[in-house]
Amino acid sequence: MEILSPKEIVERFKTALGAGFVNDQIYEREVAVKKNLFQAIRIYIKRETFRQAVDLICKLQEYPHLSIISSSDLGDSVELIYHFTIYYGHHLKELSLGLCLNLPKTNLKIPTITDIIPGALFTERETQEMMGVEVTGIPDNRRLFLPEDFPEGVYPWRKDEKGPHDLLRVLPGHSCHSERSEETQDPWEKK
Amino acid sequence: MKNEGVETTYTIPVGPIHPALKEPIRLDLKVDGEEIVDVDVIVGQVHRGIEWLGMNRNNPIQNIYLAERVCGICNICHPFAYVMAVEQAAGITPSERSEYIRVITAEMERIHSHLLWAGVAAHEIGFDSVFYLVWRVREEIMDLIEYVTGNRVTKAMFQIGGVRRDITEEQFPRIRKTLNYYKSIFDQLRAVFLDDRTIRMRTRNVGILKTEDALKLLACGPTGRASGVTKDVRQDQAYGAYADMDIKAITPDMLTGTIVGDVYDRIVVRLLEVKQSIEIIERCLEEMPPGAILVESKMAKVLNTLKKAEGEGVGRAEAPRGEVIHYVRLEAGRETLATWKIRAPTYVNLMSIPTILKGGQIADVPIAFASIDPCMSCTNRATVVDSKTKNKSLLTDSELHKLSVEKTRRLKAKFDSQ
Repeated sequence: MEILSPKEIVERFKTALGAGFVNDQIYEREVAVKKNLFQAIRIYIKRETFRQAVDLICKLQEYPHLSIISSSDLGDSVELIYHFTIYYGHHLKELSLGLCLNLPKTNLKIPTITDIIPGALFTERETQEMMGVEVTGIPDNRRLFLPEDFPEGVYPWRKDEKGPHDLLRVLPGHSCHSERSEETQDPWEKK
Repeated sequence: MKNEGVETTYTIPVGPIHPALKEPIRLDLKVDGEEIVDVDVIVGQVHRGIEWLGMNRNNPIQNIYLAERVCGICNICHPFAYVMAVEQAAGITPSERSEYIRVITAEMERIHSHLLWAGVAAHEIGFDSVFYLVWRVREEIMDLIEYVTGNRVTKAMFQIGGVRRDITEEQFPRIRKTLNYYKSIFDQLRAVFLDDRTIRMRTRNVGILKTEDALKLLACGPTGRASGVTKDVRQDQAYGAYADMDIKAITPDMLTGTIVGDVYDRIVVRLLEVKQSIEIIERCLEEMPPGAILVESKMAKVLNTLKKAEGEGVGRAEAPRGEVIHYVRLEAGRETLATWKIRAPTYVNLMSIPTILKGGQIADVPIAFASIDPCMSCTNRATVVDSKTKNKSLLTDSELHKLSVEKTRRLKAKFDSQ
């Protein structure tokens, strides 16, 4: 297997995705006494070329490791980062590759990649229930961590009106950043 | 698995807490007589919303202690990954000496975690004398952890920019004493686990995960390495003092010459990793550079920097069970984290569970499930559906354990009569 440098990898993405490529970021840090390099790449892409980008990662290494999908509520949009690692198994050659997409809240949809990477199922299910991003074509649509009686349409990681603010229970004598409204005695029952 | 009857049998099982497997989990097994046909894993019974607290209640320094409480065993690697992520986001470089102290504590954690697992594995197959022996042996490393960090479990060693306690020259003899103790008993441990015929009968060719499946299902840590995936963050990526050493991912063929990917191979990998951890600690003691343990000891100052910082960071560390990853996003002017995402190794290793259990027997479930060292309790309540009679029965942890013990006795009696 050919091991490319971060810059070469970025070039591959630029040529393969064309207009779907938005931006890139290469992070390097010297570590400990011998000052070996810690390297990470971030590729910002458009949703239309998402599956193409995942295919490209699978060409860089046959079985890339998908660590997790992280999602951030940025106000009008949700940012998803697919944290891949490639070139593992080679001493200090592994690269963290974050595939970053920005989805407007009016259209929170992303195609599944479980057909390419079967192990992505848990994290796709979690993104769906926690952030309210619909994963189209997901083979298992159930919730992962949230209990069955958790209200529909509430997403714990959201910072907008769909967040879990009404569900907070603050113990007497404790304070929390989000104030609990007076009339909601037992939010679970009310829902 | 789509079986409505099973789904409605249980909602949230909260079972007895097992000393090693801390969190409840539900496994729905579909069986044909004794053979397991399909498995469904249902998690989330102990989701505590830790990430939410980090994003809404705690400041980034309070989060170190919260990260430590993600897991009762991995309470070094979670703060390790977390502080690395925050350091990257805020542009802080930890002191060189602290990188070595971090690694020493992380490797002590690996030794105690692997020994704890070995005891549990012995218990699962009904070999309780080995369970007592291994946990007695584990006390030595627990005493050392207490001596070095001041606490047996939550060690509170980590701080953004370094560590909170130094390891001094005077402490070295005490540390070496424990390491030498483990070296002296290593062959004995190896004989107990790898040469004993009862253990071999119960673990060889049980719970097989093939290399390709492990790669596709993203297995990591000893679970992946036992299947031949040479993935180890300590080897692959430069972090902490590991970057200065030539760490090599342990695979079972180093000892046995073959890779089967069964429970036995997972024992081999963990045993060899205990030895590797001892070597890493010894090297750290020899090569530890002098200097400060923290780049900034005034916490108010650090908090102020973090409040102004804007950026993202990803911290990855090799926990005893596999790769831990923390993603952190800081926004200027925000007291808490903007985003915090944690992934523990069991999160991905659980996806291998259906593959590991399928085709096996119910009596093999405890040991096969325990072999990924799940950071979750456990098979405390599994729903068993006999696909021939359509009868549903509920097995509790103790009943499953009984089945497993009976199988060991049966195999032993068969072997003795030959």
